[in-house]
Amino acid sequence: MSLIAVIDYGMGNLRSVSKALEHVAPHAQVHVTSDPELVVRAQRVVFPGQGAMPDCMREMDARGLRPAVLEAARTKPFLGICIGLQMLFEHSEEGDTPGLGVFPGQVRRFPPQAMKDAQGGKLKVPHMGWNEVMQAEAHPLWQGIADANRYYFVHSFYVEAGKPELVAGYSVYGFPFTCAVAQDNIFAVQFHPEKSQTAGLALLANFATWKP
Amino acid sequence: MGLAKRVIPCLDVTHGRVVKGVNFVGLRDAGDPVEIAHRYDDQGADELTFLDITASSDERDMILHIIEAVAAQVFIPLTVGGGVRKVEDVRRLLNAGADKVSINTSAVHNPQLVADASGRYGAQCIVVAIDAKRVDPQGNAKRVEPQAGSGAACAEPRWEVYTHGGRKPTGLDAVAWARRMQLLGAGEILLTSMDRDGTKSGFDLELTRAVADAVDVPVIASGGVGKLEHLVAGIIEGRADAVLAASIFHYGEYSVRQAKELMASRGIEVRL
Repeated sequence: MSLIAVIDYGMGNLRSVSKALEHVAPHAQVHVTSDPELVVRAQRVVFPGQGAMPDCMREMDARGLRPAVLEAARTKPFLGICIGLQMLFEHSEEGDTPGLGVFPGQVRRFPPQAMKDAQGGKLKVPHMGWNEVMQAEAHPLWQGIADANRYYFVHSFYVEAGKPELVAGYSVYGFPFTCAVAQDNIFAVQFHPEKSQTAGLALLANFATWKP
Repeated sequence: MGLAKRVIPCLDVTHGRVVKGVNFVGLRDAGDPVEIAHRYDDQGADELTFLDITASSDERDMILHIIEAVAAQVFIPLTVGGGVRKVEDVRRLLNAGADKVSINTSAVHNPQLVADASGRYGAQCIVVAIDAKRVDPQGNAKRVEPQAGSGAACAEPRWEVYTHGGRKPTGLDAVAWARRMQLLGAGEILLTSMDRDGTKSGFDLELTRAVADAVDVPVIASGGVGKLEHLVAGIIEGRADAVLAASIFHYGEYSVRQAKELMASRGIEVRL
């Protein structure tokens, strides 16, 4: 039986992620776990994250999960969500925090002076709600999902990928920003597929059967 | 194109049941929170807010079971409020499957709770609910007429924060309070006009706009929705980021989808 590990390092609620995966992959075993061994044994790994990135990095390391996360990011279908996307990059402006450095690039705060809509109105931060996700490239995880479908976001920082070929999707909030990256066995998103109703479940279903 | 304005049905829950008449056609059980949540999800609700109106604290655990059951089946954001007093309450609700927790009375009694909960779990999951009532320049609570526009009495409208479901005045200015809550770590403001709540005469648009312009975090307008036009006004004139309503959806007068279709026809960006 296929084992999907949802990595738990004590930052927030992972129930929604695991329930959504169980919903789309009823034959898989979904484990929310902080056990590096289980992450190593899993066929697929989901790397979520909530709250502040400095706390996420610290708590991940406190549980000795870094080697297992890095190994999974090299070897098996790997889905990063929200801070789980941001942690894959080299550095975050949030608390001046080094990331895992799997991908080149920076995590930046939405700059207040740029947060204007087309009419000059103020855009709120956090970027909270349903925004359109433009697919920058064809990818198995986008299969069956219309371009510009809306996904649920809630974040104050965004990733600036160090190489353009990483970008699998982008959204516009004041300016276009990267909201999905893909390379080899890794797919990672800023939005919350587990909270994005039909479109989110479709993406998770694609992940559950993805053979990179 | 960009971020959509949100439509959020609110469910009042006590003893494990949704109260207020629910009149969905074909609903097996009009008080079952899971079934009602499903129905709103099908109609295109962007989020759901559960307000636990249970009076006694020893019965509060029931809301946890409800959230667990809903979160296992409905994959949109869930906000839960009512009786949140400690960081531990926030933790339990988040673990049960809530995405955001709304803090109201306790934020006034203990503002540090907002800072502590936000510091621990992130501003994105901390909503501060503000119940505001219009005051005249002498500071006396004053009922406003529906669609007030003449406004001769007070050139500079002010609103006072109330707690305990709108029963206790606090002396706090609602706009200043919203700013302070943002500074302490609120990721969103749920703003209810106590003058309009239950009147079906529309949001207090001046209040909504005053708060929306004063803070950088999203503002949800609440209180007074009686028809779909009110939702449009809350966004366009009130400059709210989201609109919340209970009775117009509960009683089956309108569906969430109808609300969004009207909003879209008025040029408001929504998720359809």
